Amino acid sequence: MSGNKKTPRPSNEDGVILTPEQVRRRRARNIAIASVLGFLAILFYVVTIVKLGPNVLNRPL
Amino acid sequence: MRDERASLTTSEPYAFAATGEGLASPRDYFELLKPRVMSLVIFTALVGLVRSPADVHPVIAFTALLCIAVGAGAAGALNMWWDADIDAVMTRTSKRPVPSGRVSAQEALAFGLTLSAFSVGVLGLLVNALAGALLAFTIFFYVVIYTMWLKRSTPQNIVIGGAAGAFPPLVAWAAASGTVSLEPVLLFAIIFFWTPPHFWALALYRADDYARAGVPMLPVTAGPDETRLQILLYTLFLVPLAASPAVLGYAGLSYGAVAILAGAWMIHLAWRVFRRREGEPAVKAAKSLFGFSIVYLFALFATLLGEAVVGGLMR
Repeated sequence: MSGNKKTPRPSNEDGVILTPEQVRRRRARNIAIASVLGFLAILFYVVTIVKLGPNVLNRPL
Repeated sequence: MRDERASLTTSEPYAFAATGEGLASPRDYFELLKPRVMSLVIFTALVGLVRSPADVHPVIAFTALLCIAVGAGAAGALNMWWDADIDAVMTRTSKRPVPSGRVSAQEALAFGLTLSAFSVGVLGLLVNALAGALLAFTIFFYVVIYTMWLKRSTPQNIVIGGAAGAFPPLVAWAAASGTVSLEPVLLFAIIFFWTPPHFWALALYRADDYARAGVPMLPVTAGPDETRLQILLYTLFLVPLAASPAVLGYAGLSYGAVAILAGAWMIHLAWRVFRRREGEPAVKAAKSLFGFSIVYLFALFATLLGEAVVGGLMR
């Protein structure tokens, strides 16, 4: 199969074209969701360490 | 017939519905959480958390507060989903995200349900099961009992529904200590009995709005004079109740002094609402009571918080 075959870009006739405002707001929503997920990952990590307490280092080798 | 393809490239609402791509910004979703209500919830919950006798790790305390705040916000989003029809006809609420079309009702529903499940689950798993269960009940009470059932069916809607707003310090206390005692129940009772005079003062000068939306608030169903009497009676019951933590030894002298002085001013303003029944002075009296009621509750809880912090530092 040829490696330089490009996927055709949708034209105005067969694809949904968002307005620049829609694109801008979708990006803002995506950034907000990513920030919340990142924050939750940090929170769960910190709470796990707090719940384990000093025992986090207490395990047999 | 409308040219559908043309509409997809414009910023008309029709285009958003067709593409499933809305114009909602993160700020619109944040507005669904009723941030002003949420700030009061965070504050009263913080008081419940700090006054609890249990020692709780700051990270766990922060997690509990976050879950309570998000749970309250989720209940607000579900309230906006259900009440979009009446919000649209009321001046005070017509610019909310759902009635103004920035967020669809389905998006508000999904947002509210997701945050409810997350806040309850995280509180239950990371803090304790009792707190998680109480938060779940609070959301259920606000959304199902108050919003779906009572709000449109009885003038006692905000009396019973006020319980939802009174739960946060109780949930926070349970989060810190894993149990519930008389002191957090008193905090609950103070907010519970504060709610009717607070909301009815607002409803007195917004009665037209509620009547237009078909919400049976007391001034609409029983008239403004009966509402004024009820405001006075509830305030007369609230003020000694708010002073009771000092009498029972849960709070100190400073709290007792604030409860008595601010309480006396609340009674004065409620009396003024009761006496001034016509024209601009009546509206002004109701607005004064509504405004001061917020200061009153804030002063009570801020003093409780201050006493707990100072007590903790001196230990």
